[in-house]
Amino acid sequence: MTATAIRVQGIEKSYKDLHVLRGVDFEVATGSIFALLGSNGAGKTTMVKILSTLLKADGGQAAVEGFDVAADSLQVRQSISLTGQFAAVDEVLSGKENLVLVAKLRHLKNPGQIADELLAQFSLTEAGSRKVATYSGGMRRRLDIAMSLIGNPKVIFLDEPTTGLDPEARLEVWQIVKKLANQGTTVLLTTQYLDEAEQLADRIAILHEGRIIANGTLAELKQLLPPAKVEYVEKQPSLEDIFLALVGTGNNESVKDRS
Amino acid sequence: MSTHFFADTSVLLGRSMRHIFRSVDTIITTAITPIALMLLFVYVFGGAIRTDTENYVNYLLPGIMLIAIASGIAYTAVRLFTDMQSGIFERFQSMPIARSSVLWAHVLTSLVANGLSLVIIVGVALLMGFRTSASVLDWLSVAGILALFTLALTWIAIIAGLSAKSVDGAGGFSYPLIFLPFISSAFVPTETMPGPVRWFAENQPVTSIVNTIQDLFAQRPVGGDIWVALAWCLGILVISYAFATAAYKRQIA
Repeated sequence: MTATAIRVQGIEKSYKDLHVLRGVDFEVATGSIFALLGSNGAGKTTMVKILSTLLKADGGQAAVEGFDVAADSLQVRQSISLTGQFAAVDEVLSGKENLVLVAKLRHLKNPGQIADELLAQFSLTEAGSRKVATYSGGMRRRLDIAMSLIGNPKVIFLDEPTTGLDPEARLEVWQIVKKLANQGTTVLLTTQYLDEAEQLADRIAILHEGRIIANGTLAELKQLLPPAKVEYVEKQPSLEDIFLALVGTGNNESVKDRS
Repeated sequence: MSTHFFADTSVLLGRSMRHIFRSVDTIITTAITPIALMLLFVYVFGGAIRTDTENYVNYLLPGIMLIAIASGIAYTAVRLFTDMQSGIFERFQSMPIARSSVLWAHVLTSLVANGLSLVIIVGVALLMGFRTSASVLDWLSVAGILALFTLALTWIAIIAGLSAKSVDGAGGFSYPLIFLPFISSAFVPTETMPGPVRWFAENQPVTSIVNTIQDLFAQRPVGGDIWVALAWCLGILVISYAFATAAYKRQIA
């Protein structure tokens, strides 16, 4: 019933002597959120780069929307958008100019209008004419993701989208990701934060020492461990709860410009 | 693959031109060192240097222009390196665009930026007494040779920008290029140099380019130098382009 947006079979990749990926297999269903979980250096970014046609694999096959990443790379690039580990925005240009640039490179009509709509959607309208160099980390990330949405790609790769963000900005990104999946976009995200995978992902795969060692829904992964025991524990608020209560931003507040 | 090559290149060219016009200091910095050298050589050392031109500025200007280009292309390497560091290079590469547009936009930007620096330098040289009766055609020939030289060196800058590990490395490769004009006919006639130095000076690319431009400005018939100059420029261009393409392929292997 569900179609497959991404299919990865036996992908291998080495950097000289370093065998980063040793036969990775997984599939991502269309319109779902798939989290690739792993510690630093596990090969998450390498996997994303192979899928977004930035790197060639040494072995195995990978296809996005039915197109082989090696043989049909142009078709793959037409179906995807990459939001890399570091916000890939042009610091010298304004927020709006960044969006217009991407819209023009995607050969869309009315790039200015597309940019204005996205600025509004990501609460960047006021900051739109300012140089990106003056933006906060959260604003940059929002702009970065906005740039990735131009042209409505079917599949979006988010490589550690919340690394280096403060808790509020992190919640903003989570909301954006959930909204994307609701609209039918397939999202593959990598993260080293367990709670992020738990919050967002329909399926979670754990990449460890170059292989997927577990792959399933959160419920399925929980079954890998012995059944839960009932213990009575005092519920202490986490520091994150305290921080968010004090600065007065609830989970569902819309994203705000903190300039 | 390259259906949108021209459209994509012009969009990306527009982007880097904005970079240039928002940090005009790069153009001024490129022009200032050569202008300082020109002032130093004309008003301090120039009196003691014998050339067969009526004034020393006329003799010096071609070499000064080559120094400006050699230092100006370092900014291209730095701009490309910065793009790769910031991740915007990867964003462009993961989009359905003509991939080579990303490099060509930087190359064309280099031509424009260096052209602007040269206009400033020629303006200052005119104030210092540079005179020529060169025709429009001669000026076009000079511009053509300078553009070809810029193009050849810019592709070397692209190699540096693609393979550097730090900003300093990306910019630093140009120092030897800046020094080449000093050991050429740019400042003094090569006849005054001792044997081995003279041999080097007369057989390195800068001398033939300098001689050609000097001849064009002085309305002397251009000798075989122009062919040697063109051969050097085209040779460097082809080789550096090949290496830049290989360096680029390594990035996506």
